[in-house]
Amino acid sequence: MAPSATIGALLPLPVMVYDAFTGQLGANPLQRAEQQTGLLSLTLILLSLACTPLRLLASRLGTRLLWPARVRKTLGLTGALYALIHLGIYLLDRGPGLLDFLQDALKRPYITVGLTAFLLLIPLVLTSRKDSVRKMGFVRWQRLHRLTYLVGALGVLHYWWSVKEDHTPPLIAAGILLVLFALRFVKKRSR
Amino acid sequence: MNPDDPNKNPSSLLKTRREILRQGVLTTVGALGLATGLELLTRRPGVVAAAAPTCALPRKIYQGPYDTREPVSAIEDITGYNNYYEFGTGKSDPARNAGRLKTRPWSVVIDGMVKKPQTVDIDTLQGWFPLEDRLYRMRCVEGWSLVIPWMGFPLAALLRRIEPTSKARYVKFTALADPKQMPGVKAGILDWPYVEGLRLDEAMHPLTLLAVGLDGKILPNQNGAPLRLVVPWKYGFKNIKAITRITLTDKQPATTWSLIAPHEYGFYANVNPEVDHPRWSQATERRIGELSRRPTLPFNGYAEEVAHLYKGMDLRRYF
Repeated sequence: MAPSATIGALLPLPVMVYDAFTGQLGANPLQRAEQQTGLLSLTLILLSLACTPLRLLASRLGTRLLWPARVRKTLGLTGALYALIHLGIYLLDRGPGLLDFLQDALKRPYITVGLTAFLLLIPLVLTSRKDSVRKMGFVRWQRLHRLTYLVGALGVLHYWWSVKEDHTPPLIAAGILLVLFALRFVKKRSR
Repeated sequence: MNPDDPNKNPSSLLKTRREILRQGVLTTVGALGLATGLELLTRRPGVVAAAAPTCALPRKIYQGPYDTREPVSAIEDITGYNNYYEFGTGKSDPARNAGRLKTRPWSVVIDGMVKKPQTVDIDTLQGWFPLEDRLYRMRCVEGWSLVIPWMGFPLAALLRRIEPTSKARYVKFTALADPKQMPGVKAGILDWPYVEGLRLDEAMHPLTLLAVGLDGKILPNQNGAPLRLVVPWKYGFKNIKAITRITLTDKQPATTWSLIAPHEYGFYANVNPEVDHPRWSQATERRIGELSRRPTLPFNGYAEEVAHLYKGMDLRRYF
């Protein structure tokens, strides 16, 4: 199952390159690529957060699903990869000038929020290796990886603030995140 | 001898083969399923080829003092990359959906504080004035820009003809809002109809144009046919499309975007690299078709012509 998640999550990249060379990214290709990678990143992170609730829900219904636990890491890592490309395109779009960027990041809340979400992804990526859980101890590892919810929340807020008018898509994303978060508590109480 | 050795045991060889096949099919289906889902959610493919305008208008070619000498943007970009929420929020939605708009017959109501209020047919109205080509920069509040070969006549010419009374201070424009022809109106994306306005001296400025054509041809629907406003020193959203009513008033009209987000969009909306949008910088812009951004000019490069209109005004407050 994990290889199919890797291939499936990465396939949009060559399609995007194809779109870029065939003019299908439209009149403002950098912006379109920026929007698409941002949305891909958020989608994959939300999908990775859905894995555990899905497995628990299935087991409650009497089905033991193994694949959600196997693809969770892949979804999270590819989500982080798209976040990196998203940031890269943003920096490319802005042109040179790191100082300007830092100023922009502090001045504009939606960039501050987006950048914070990206920075929070770094420790998660670094502790995604097979032996990380063993090295850190499961409890500490789990506590750290709960940050994914914060990353998701910041990602949704970043999305919300970057949209000019139609807030329906970020609202849907916020709704999904809330449901996933709520499911955690349902699970806890039922124990 | 190992009985499980697949080389020696044909039935388990078959099993292994079947297992590999099963895994292969599962992996392919899973990968394609995930990829398809992601693509459906995030990809917005293709530039829709805009419907070519059909009937040509008489051209009067003349490089006037107000024409920019910058190269004209690609016509496919001008007609394929639009903000026109009556037809959807996507940039290619207008090109896709505006074709069904009926722009003839079309009448424009002229009312309010004028000496000659009237309802006039669009063909009659544009027949009153010689049409001029005007090559203008257009800067969108979102940070992109185009160079567009409009064709039309100065709004001032129309105002002189309809004679505002001495009380008139502002011009209010109202756009068509027909849910039957406009999917974005039906969906209620904004509070329709779209309303825009200008101070009378802005409206009388020779740069301010009522456009009926583009590139020497009749205006494509997605660009605001049959009649749209063009005020080149202001952000693009001031350039109201599909105008059905022009009203002279003594009060500053409440305009669509300034009602939705008053802290983000003001009545004046003059292009100003010094005054940022609360969420993004206005210092630079992407000229569509170019890879790197360029600095945005005060009043979109028309400062010499229009800066005097705002003398003594705090442009941070009246943004």
